[in-house]
Amino acid sequence: MNNQQTQRAGKLQPLPRRRFLKEMAGVAGGACLLAGGVGLYSKQASALPATAIRPPGALAEADFLSACVRCGLCVRDCPYFTLKLAELGDGVATGTPYFNARAIPCEMCEDIPCVAACPSGALDRSLTDIGEARMGLAVLIDQENCLNFLGLRCDVCYRVCPVIDKAITLERVHNPRSDRHAMLLPTVHSDHCTGCGKCERACVLPDAAAIKVLPIAVAQGSRAGHYRRGWEEKDAAGRSLIGEQIELPVRGMEAQPYGDTRLRPDGPQVPPPAPPAGLNSGWKP
Amino acid sequence: MNHTAAANQNMGANDPKGFASARANVLRPGAEAVATKGWLAANRWLLLRRLSQLSILALFLLGPWLGIWIVKGNLSSSLTLGVLPLTDPFVLAQSLAAGHLPYREALLGGGIVLAFYLLVGGRTYCSWVCPVNIVTDTAAWLRRRLGLRGGKAADTRLRYWLLFFVLGLSALTGTLAWEWVNPVSMLHRGLIFGFGLAWGVVGGIFFYDLLIAGRGWCGRICPMGAFYGLLGRTALLRVSAGQRARCDDCMDCFAVCPEPQVIRPALKAIGQEHPLILDHNCTTCGRCADVCSKNVFRITTRFDRSES
Ligand code: SF4
Ligand code: SF4
Ligand code: SF4
Ligand code: SF4
Ligand code: SF4
Repeated sequence: MNNQQTQRAGKLQPLPRRRFLKEMAGVAGGACLLAGGVGLYSKQASALPATAIRPPGALAEADFLSACVRCGLCVRDCPYFTLKLAELGDGVATGTPYFNARAIPCEMCEDIPCVAACPSGALDRSLTDIGEARMGLAVLIDQENCLNFLGLRCDVCYRVCPVIDKAITLERVHNPRSDRHAMLLPTVHSDHCTGCGKCERACVLPDAAAIKVLPIAVAQGSRAGHYRRGWEEKDAAGRSLIGEQIELPVRGMEAQPYGDTRLRPDGPQVPPPAPPAGLNSGWKP
Repeated sequence: MNHTAAANQNMGANDPKGFASARANVLRPGAEAVATKGWLAANRWLLLRRLSQLSILALFLLGPWLGIWIVKGNLSSSLTLGVLPLTDPFVLAQSLAAGHLPYREALLGGGIVLAFYLLVGGRTYCSWVCPVNIVTDTAAWLRRRLGLRGGKAADTRLRYWLLFFVLGLSALTGTLAWEWVNPVSMLHRGLIFGFGLAWGVVGGIFFYDLLIAGRGWCGRICPMGAFYGLLGRTALLRVSAGQRARCDDCMDCFAVCPEPQVIRPALKAIGQEHPLILDHNCTTCGRCADVCSKNVFRITTRFDRSES
């Protein structure tokens, strides 16, 4: 009863200090464990699967995960229902927006409504020209099943590309199997491909596409900075850095510039004119 | 440590009138109130609360279901009628801790929500808005009905530590740490944008509250509730045990209150003279007012200290 009176007078009996500290340590330890579990889970779950492409303007993945509040406003303002919020089990950070290009690609809206809708800055508003978007990078990943690689003329991925002839070109190469035909190989160029995924969506193969948009980190290797590209150095310096090379004659081709197999000994000694744009961007295998 | 023991410690080491055991015996709190006041009056605040929770949800669902876009987004961040941005300050705090400075809309939206809850009381979010509250209330109701007792409940201070560590973790990992698992945003987002396996998380909370720890999630673990709780110290809206003279110690209010430790100082004048429940963990749900057959409680302002 004594005790009750002290309580009524408003003086709660203080817990003995030792017990209090012990309890506190227990609670804090428990909380730390719980938080640690969440941390480990987040680390494990933050890897982005290769089929999940972020919306245009998305910050680099690590920054994106610190910014996106998972509100879905970008999803709501996408007129083509391209974007969706990841559900638990999708393998993408729960609640963050992404799209699967094979299902619905990005239509590259000129006003980029998804970016305008984002309140958090996870989609960066400094992106004002959708052509500058780099959602991912298309890669013609299955060269065994792509019809053009088989020597046929499918070209569908090339024709649907909104940045046709810049982001994707058809490169003519000799078909070594028939030895008399050409192959026109769809070839993606990273300085123009926005990663919209229209090519992947359109690829005519029945299930998975031969050309796929991958997150840039997956699609690209890192540039070998220590390796100086002779042709770039030559352009920059206006001359070859190692001086002119000696051209040794090749038997039977004495009259020709060294190595240019497009010229015949009995024909004119100037290379044939380049075919119209899109069919030859100057790339050689 | 079981639930009653934990409650005892919060109230002081002894339990002079056997409140806790009396509380554990109340299976149908409010039965007397229904008898004396009628069913409607005995469920007034509960009904209003459900109405509030469900209409907020309905506002979000009108868009995706019927194409009526009054509110876009979800509780984490939304845009109302194309002009009013609202952002959850807890999500914002995680983003800031993770080292990202959001755009003005998100900051403004967070400020509006923050100001609102500082004014009306942080944990009104829990009882009037949060969708998980319906889940945990149901679990608590079923637990009482089935007469389940015991289990293992965490300490009520766990949530503050968790809040602290979650913000620390956000800073450490550079991500919105709690949003990886936050059942509140998962449930709300799930209802609006699609669930995936998030049902499992919500089911987990239901069964944890039902079988392992009564009121275990909202009352002890949820760091979001803890965050909103910390906004509750300046709340204008408060519950008062103004008619405490009429109390006949039936313990119904303790049995339904999601944070029962907050009632005693006001009802029994322990540590304070006035009848206001000023504890920031009072969710202003008004359930105590509902179930009290003697009409002891009322929802009022923090300036109303009258006892009549
Ligand atoms: S640019 Fe247009 S189609 Fe592409 S994600 Fe944004 S809103 Fe959708
Ligand atoms: S609008 Fe921005 S913050 Fe919201 S889900 Fe999309 S990217 Fe994330
Ligand atoms: S993803 Fe495909 S369609 Fe889109 S820009 Fe790149 S190459 Fe073109
Ligand atoms: S659409 Fe597919 S099969 Fe056809 S050329 Fe492009 S990648 Fe090859
Ligand atoms: S404590 Fe957490 S889960 Fe419970 S009602 Fe509050 S915010 Fe919702």
